Order: sequence, then structure tokens, then C-alpha cells
Amino acid sequence: MDEAIIEVRGLSNRFGDNSVHEDLDLDLYRGEILGVVGGSGTGKSVLLRSIVGLNRPSGGEVRLFGQNLLALPVEERSRLEQRLGVLFQGGALFSSLTVRENVALPLIEHAGLSRDDAEELAEVKLALSGLAPHAGDLYPASLSGGMIKRASLARSLAMDPDVLFLDEPTAGLDPIGASDFDQLLLTLRNALGLTVFMVTHDLDSLWTVCDRIAVLSQKRVLVADAPERVAEYPDDWIQSYFKGPRGRAAHRAVKSGSVNNSAVQRS
Amino acid sequence: MDQAEPGIEQGATTRLLGEWTLSRHAQIKRLLAQSPAPEGDLCLKQISALDTAGATLLIRWLGVERLQQIISSDAELQPERKALLETLTRAMGREPAARQKSPNALIQALELLGQQTETLARHFWQLSGFVGYVLQTLATVLPRPSRWRMTALVNQIHQTGLNAVPIVALLTFLVGAVVAFLGATVLGEFGAEIYTVNLVAYSFLREFGVILASILLAGRTASAFTAQIGSMNANEELDALRTLGLSPIELLVVPRVLALLITLPLLTFVAVVSGLVGGALVSVVSLDIALSQYLSILADVPLKHYLVGMVKAPVFAFVIAVIGCMEGFRVSGSAESVGQHTTSSVVQSIFMVILLDAVAALFFMEMGW
Repeated sequence: MDEAIIEVRGLSNRFGDNSVHEDLDLDLYRGEILGVVGGSGTGKSVLLRSIVGLNRPSGGEVRLFGQNLLALPVEERSRLEQRLGVLFQGGALFSSLTVRENVALPLIEHAGLSRDDAEELAEVKLALSGLAPHAGDLYPASLSGGMIKRASLARSLAMDPDVLFLDEPTAGLDPIGASDFDQLLLTLRNALGLTVFMVTHDLDSLWTVCDRIAVLSQKRVLVADAPERVAEYPDDWIQSYFKGPRGRAAHRAVKSGSVNNSAVQRS
Repeated sequence: MDQAEPGIEQGATTRLLGEWTLSRHAQIKRLLAQSPAPEGDLCLKQISALDTAGATLLIRWLGVERLQQIISSDAELQPERKALLETLTRAMGREPAARQKSPNALIQALELLGQQTETLARHFWQLSGFVGYVLQTLATVLPRPSRWRMTALVNQIHQTGLNAVPIVALLTFLVGAVVAFLGATVLGEFGAEIYTVNLVAYSFLREFGVILASILLAGRTASAFTAQIGSMNANEELDALRTLGLSPIELLVVPRVLALLITLPLLTFVAVVSGLVGGALVSVVSLDIALSQYLSILADVPLKHYLVGMVKAPVFAFVIAVIGCMEGFRVSGSAESVGQHTTSSVVQSIFMVILLDAVAALFFMEMGW
């Protein structure tokens, strides 16, 4: 589990006078689930966008599978991008396509499947993400928040990506839906060997599924380590984050919970 | 044989080989179509790569129950493979939704016709309702200067009026010149070139000034209104206004309607003047009519023709603004819907402008104005 498939080196992002990242380093190792936390405005989403190539950083470099995405020719870049799946915060489903067509689109465009094959496979991905069978025919406008997340997850999984980027996947889900999502993520990671980069504020998610947690603060990654060690890190923000009433409750719940998934994974 | 190529090795125990992945989807499908599902033991251990696409085909081939048996009996299967197949069989074990069959073309066409008729009827119903709503709000807001939203009004006048002056002036100038050329060609045959001036003057004062300005505004401003209000609607901003106890009609629609009521008459005036200038240029340059002569003929045109043109401007302005805003309110959720309603607002407002103008022309003719 020591092979870094994403290396962020000396990343800087400035918007006008406002500097979001300065000299930020981060590694993502194969097969792990990395949780990224930080206060509002610490640039979690900007970091995600920089890694997947939607945001050209002001300085530094991001290497995916050893290659700099932004320096590649269009063809190779597209091929590399197919190995990434991104779940955007708002879902970002194409509103003019049905849910099934949303998932089938990359399969038709990139994998060269026929429409029927692609839609059949899309149906499987939708089922895999826990959507009800009739949901495939709906348009995104008529979906609930939880269904949008699931449909969007199905689309990000369409191409069987190596790395999955999730931007606040459990935000806006009810607790049951959120813990289902956590379980789903673990199952998929174990089954598909996914590497997951997850921006989240959900403390339960952090304790349940993350192998490592990276804390963004003071324009860089303050610490990136196993959850227990991060929780002990001597920093005011981290202490109030993990040792606040919500943080303690979430930790207790996981400790006493019947399934400790990180333990299952490591065994 | 290529090591990576997916294959099936028949025998006492059927073995599956190679990569069972998305990039080999077509290959695997062909392979499975040729081979019947095996009766005996099946070994999945030698598959070198397996993803959801390959696993899905495998499950479709064997059937959910058969595969579940294999998974539970095969102790040698790699745990992550097992997890993948188990997850997928669980997901696929559910009955897929029955796709609706589409009925035949005739019934579809009839259904479409019915739907569209109903939509049209409901639409006019909504439009009258919306007009009433706007008038009611105007009636409550106008007598109370404290509720006038001057900033929004001035901003809208700037965007819909001032910014539109160059395009309106240029277009009507060109049309004025074209009308003068037409007049010269047709009237020249009777030696009546001098009446070209009257042609340009009458057409612009009565019709072209207001019509051209309205059509331009319908294309430029009705669409903008729909897109602005429509995106706010899609983003639940209108609902947010309502929950704050504010009226979207008062905040968004009234300033826009008032702005157009002010700007369209002004733009009509600009249009008339620059149309006449276009006519004058052609008359002077190619018809040898002196500018002083042109102006003296213009001066003899009765004022009522100008008023007949101008009186239509506020009516058209109201129609354009209300249609533009109402289409914005009808937008539902998606980006596609914003586009549809923007198109619809432009088409409707141009249609209504021309329809009303035709009705007005008949009326004025019968009245002898």
C-alpha cells in the first residue's frame, strides 16, 4: 500500500490577492481511502479541482500515476481522466438526460459500447449504488438529494476508475443514508480496489471508512495520518474538531460499533 | 494466444482466463454468446483482471443463483473477487424495472397533439393570470413611492434601453435606406420618385419604428428576462424570496415591466429618427432630392401618424416584459428548461407584437386615423 498514485508537490493556488494553498504536499496511496478535512475556506474543493485538472494551480505540480495531467496532450489526458471518477458536491448530473443515460454516456463515448449494452451496464451500476430500479428513467430534476448522490456515484463509477474523488458525498443525506453510503464505499473499495479521495465534514464517515485523514490548515496539509493519530495531533483546530462533542460522539460510536471496517480492511 | 485475451477453457472443470474488463466488453460478449453456460464446475481463479463490466457479463451468462453457488463453494477464489461478485449479484438479483413499450406512431402523434393543445390552452390561461397579477401589484406599488425600487429600475433601463440604442439605431437606419431604395425603384417607373420621402415617413412613423424596436427588444430583452428569472427559479431563489415574505413579482417583475414601459417608447423614437435619416441619405445621394426638400415634405406629414405609431409602444413593451418574465417563472429545475423557455419567450413575444400590430393597423384604418 506504499505506492503513491497521486503526488501533489509544492502546490500553490492564488485567486487575486487571496492565497488558498502555499507549498502544499500530499500523497495518495493505492487502495486507501483518504479523508480531507479543514475549516470552511481552507481550499478543500480547490485541492480536489487542482488534482483532477479542473483548476490550473498558480505553482507546484500534481502528478497522477506519475504524469502531470496539465502537461499532457489532449488524447493522453483524456485517457488518464478516464481513470478518475469524480462525484461533485451538487451531483452535477446532466439535467437533459435521464439517470440511466447519464451513467451510460461515458460508456458509449469512451468504451465504445452499443447503446443497449451501455444502458444495461448502467442499470447494474445504478443498482450497485443502491438506486431503486425505476429511478433510471427519471430526470435529475425529479430526484431527491440522496438519489442524486447515488446516481452521481454510479456515473463516477461508470468507467471503473482507479481513483474516485468525492466532494462531500454524505452532506445532505439522512444519517441512515449516510451510513449506507459509507458501507457502500467500503464494499466498492474492497471489491474494485478503488483508491478514494474524499472531502468530507462527516465525522462518522471519517472514523468509519477513512484509512488516513489529511487536515488542511494554514494553506497546507497540517498532518496526514491514521485517524487515531490525527485526533491526537496538538493543534487547536484539530483538537476542537475531533474532541468537540460531535467528534467524541462519533468516535465512541465507531469504537463500540459492531463492525470496525478499517480493522476488517487491514486484516 | 494473447495472454490478456479473455477465454474459456472447457474440460471437467471449466476455466475462465484472461482479462474480463470494460475495454474487452465486446470480445467477452461475443465469446459468451458462443459458449453455453457450463453444467459442471467452474473456476474463476485464473481471470487476470475483473471489473464490474466483466463481472456483469459473467453474472448474466451464468445467472445470479448459479454464480452465488459458485462463490460460496469456491474456497480458492480471491477475497476481493468474491466481494465484487457478491456485491454485484446482490445488486443484480433484484428484478429490473420493466421498460415501458412505446405505443404505435399514430397514437403517439394523437397524444402529442392533445398534449400540445392542452399546454397551449393552459398557457393562455396562465398568461392572463400572470398579467392580472402584475397589474394588481403595479396598482398597489405605484401609488406608494416608498415601495418603488429605483436602483433596480434604473439598472434595468440602462440594460434594456441605453445599451440597446446602438443596435436599434443601426438596424433602423439600414431598413430606412432599404425602404427608400424600394420606393425609388417602384415609384420611379411612374416618375413619382418624390413620393419616396412620403413612403419612408409614413412607414416609419406608423409601423416600422415601433415594430423594429419591439422585435429587437423581444429578441434582446425578453430572452434576458427569461434567462435571469429562470435561473433564479431553477436555483430556488424565487422560493427563497417567497419564504422571506417578499413578492418576486414586486421585486423582479415590476421593475422590468416599468423599465420597458419607459425605454420602448424612447427606443421607438430613436428608431423613427434613424429610419428617416437612412431614407434621407438615400434620397439625397441617389435620388437627387435636396435635403431641404426632404425636410419640407416631412414637415407636411400630419402629426397623428407619429402618434399612431407611438401609442402602440407601451402596449408592446408590456407584452414583451410580461411574457419574458412569465416564461422565467415557468422554468423547472434543469438547464435545458431554461433554454426552452428562453426560446419560447422570444417566439411568443415577437408573435404577440406582430399580431397586436396587425389588429391595431386594422383598427386605425377603420377609424380613418
